Amino acid sequence: MKVGSRLEILLRQGKFVATAELGPPKSADLELIKKKASILRGYADAVNITDNQTAIVRVSSIAAGKIALDEGLEPIIQMTCRDKNRLAMQGDVLGAYILGLKNLLCLSGDHQSFGNHPQAKNVYDLDSIQLVNMVRDMRDKKVFECGEEIKNTKKSEILEPRMFIGVAANPFGDPFEFRVVRLAKKIKAGADFVQTQCIFDLPKFKRYMEMVTDQGLHEKVSILAGVMPVKSFRVLQYMKNNVAGMSIPDELIRRMKAAEDPKAEGVKICVEFIQQVREIPGIHGVHIMAVEWEAIVPSIVQQAGLYPRPDVQ
Amino acid sequence: MIVAEQKEISEIINMVGDHNNILVVGCDTCVTVCLAGGAKEAAILSSALRLAYRVKGKEITVEATTIERQCEIEFVDALEPILKRKDLVISMGCGIGVQTIAERFPQLLVVPALNTKFLGLPEKQGVWVERCQACGQCVLDKTGGICPISRCSKSLLNGPCGGSQNGKCEISKDTDCGWHLIYERLKTLGRLESLEEIMPVKNWSTSRDGGPRKVIREDMCL
Repeated sequence: MKVGSRLEILLRQGKFVATAELGPPKSADLELIKKKASILRGYADAVNITDNQTAIVRVSSIAAGKIALDEGLEPIIQMTCRDKNRLAMQGDVLGAYILGLKNLLCLSGDHQSFGNHPQAKNVYDLDSIQLVNMVRDMRDKKVFECGEEIKNTKKSEILEPRMFIGVAANPFGDPFEFRVVRLAKKIKAGADFVQTQCIFDLPKFKRYMEMVTDQGLHEKVSILAGVMPVKSFRVLQYMKNNVAGMSIPDELIRRMKAAEDPKAEGVKICVEFIQQVREIPGIHGVHIMAVEWEAIVPSIVQQAGLYPRPDVQ
Repeated sequence: MIVAEQKEISEIINMVGDHNNILVVGCDTCVTVCLAGGAKEAAILSSALRLAYRVKGKEITVEATTIERQCEIEFVDALEPILKRKDLVISMGCGIGVQTIAERFPQLLVVPALNTKFLGLPEKQGVWVERCQACGQCVLDKTGGICPISRCSKSLLNGPCGGSQNGKCEISKDTDCGWHLIYERLKTLGRLESLEEIMPVKNWSTSRDGGPRKVIREDMCL
């Protein structure tokens, strides 16, 4: 056991895990974080707390994560390379750890041109793979990026932050053949678990997973397949046309368009995807990305036969 | 080359303000090639300024001249005889040109007519593209001669992020994904396996992040 987080324990026990997402508010709305947390409590083994997602300013992932932790969730703190340099990142890893946060998802981050501060200077001091490597070295080698030991003074004891390290993987980005190479690099850098981009194109995802299992990568890392419930065909259409790195079959858009109750159909499709990805060799869980629709997660978890979630002693 | 673009005329007029004896200085090097600040553009800007003030009922003197390189003191020296009685110099050089003139003639107000954009090349007629960010530690040997610092929107060092699709960057369908280009180039060169190696954290201190930079060649110093 590397850090003993709930997520790590369940994955080590071979449980099929379910994670969800909690997007912090765009205002100092403490109650909203608590409300979202109370919806998800008991329905997800761990919950990603997004970091200024889509480059829009929100309550910081660590602050919101601490609230979520106090509300009984197991947070996965997201950290992007867009907004912080190595000093800020390492300071935040230390800070998150002493607050009791034990899972960290390392991301490149959406470019700031997408968000509400497109004139901002971006950082990208490190890329996501280098971030993974740095956080792993902080934990396992007990050193900062610069090589210094993690201790307060020369005579103090080493007190390193111990994070269970996650990464994202987008099987639908290009070049397709490089995607598995990139995953392998992330594993080599120190990734413990992977959450994939949301899957709408199952055949393509299966091809990706075949390449992953051929290389035995699924034995080195826990892979959680990303799924997303959508409320209408317009969401799919929008993502198809405007979100880079997504693969959305027209057939799915037609199905959503034809549905009498699109929300129910969206949930049904999501549940079907969960059941289908579960059958794919090398998948250790699902990551349910109900963006700004946290309230639907309990119902998806139940319908997918994933409720109740296992207890951790 | 250094690629620049002329500022809006209204912004230049604002800089001119109440000055009335002006020298517009073009540069014969990079900014001539990128059609932003050569002899032709210096002449056009001078006429435009005279005209703009005439419309306002004010005659101002605007003279234009172009020197070979605004970024070298030796060439900037040539301006001395024509600077007499001038109360403003509008440089049509890059940011380096503006500063070289200002450094050489500190008693004179020197303002920029251009926005200096980047280090790049003319891709085709009328289009210039960025190729280098002068990070001070070239990695082109590892990336098939395509620069990830300048051509990836996030300056990533370990391959394309999840926003790469159909060879394009997530920021715009008009922007090539730098890492897709690198991937294709290395494939052509039969060197794809080099992408499996993790490129370590970059030392940005050789870049602007280390503060203003200086190159000293002791063997060449007098």
